[in-house]
Amino acid sequence: MMEIKRKHRPPARFITTQFNSVLGWARKYSLFQYPFITACCGMEYMSTACAHFDLDRFGAGWTRFSPRQADMLLVVGTVTQKLAPVLRTVYEQMTDPKWVVAFGTCTVSGGIYDNYAVVQGIDLVIPVDIYIPGCPPRPETVLDGLLKLQEKIQHQEQDWRWKKRKS
Amino acid sequence: MEETKILDLLKEKFPGEVKEVLTSLGDEVVIIDKKALLSLVTYLKNKPCEYTMLLDLSCVDYLGENPRFEMVYHLFSLPRNRRLRIKARLGEDDLRISSLTGLWKNANWLEREVFDMFGVHFEGHPDLRRIFMYDCFEGYPLRKDYPLRKRQPCIKFRE
Repeated sequence: MMEIKRKHRPPARFITTQFNSVLGWARKYSLFQYPFITACCGMEYMSTACAHFDLDRFGAGWTRFSPRQADMLLVVGTVTQKLAPVLRTVYEQMTDPKWVVAFGTCTVSGGIYDNYAVVQGIDLVIPVDIYIPGCPPRPETVLDGLLKLQEKIQHQEQDWRWKKRKS
Repeated sequence: MEETKILDLLKEKFPGEVKEVLTSLGDEVVIIDKKALLSLVTYLKNKPCEYTMLLDLSCVDYLGENPRFEMVYHLFSLPRNRRLRIKARLGEDDLRISSLTGLWKNANWLEREVFDMFGVHFEGHPDLRRIFMYDCFEGYPLRKDYPLRKRQPCIKFRE
């Protein structure tokens, strides 16, 4: 086996870090996404997810169509009052840790649909981590939102199963 | 059959029920009494008129007028490539009109939509319940007197 030659070898051939930081690093680059797509923003999601803009470059390429296997819920498109219980069920079925992305103006605030049928922002139904505005948002905006979510995941207090939860 | 003669024919066949006929944007319009709807439409669907297709069915709320609501039916004749619009007024106190589900299957969902949005009752409809809004929704959202900012959440919101 060829030895890897480095200019500056670590003196003791190991690095120190915090478990919290490693876990954050691992989690932010392996986001399994559940796309909850209801409307026209779905087109922009498809564009972002496919090869041209390629969400997979940031480690969020694997789409799971079961909320039990996903840890990033992408709410893409208008959520009506009738759909709100479905969205909440999907969110509750996801296992921890989980993050929610509000994709597009409709999910952020109801958008142009200020009427009897549409939920005025999905944060009324489920907690949201990142809001991506735009009607629809351009793929660059979505990627920027994803990077911000990754930054948030990296710096947050990581919750792991064997850690006893307070409360 | 000459296209322009359909209105004359209807006036002749249903003298008491047809209130007014006119032509609007190239289509024939006939305004009728709501009691005559089913017999008139049955006549139109069969020969010689052959308006065999129900394109759409909707309702308009003219708040402040009497009668307040107006049902609008759009028929289409496939053999002759002609459209016909039928209008019938409905009073607020008697929001009933006969259902067309016996003649066209697609009237089922269209009438459910009108029932959902305006609260018009279709007599003879096999399954008249809400189609867009949830069952616990109160009121009829497309009526002009439905409050613009009124919200009726289906589930309890956070906070």
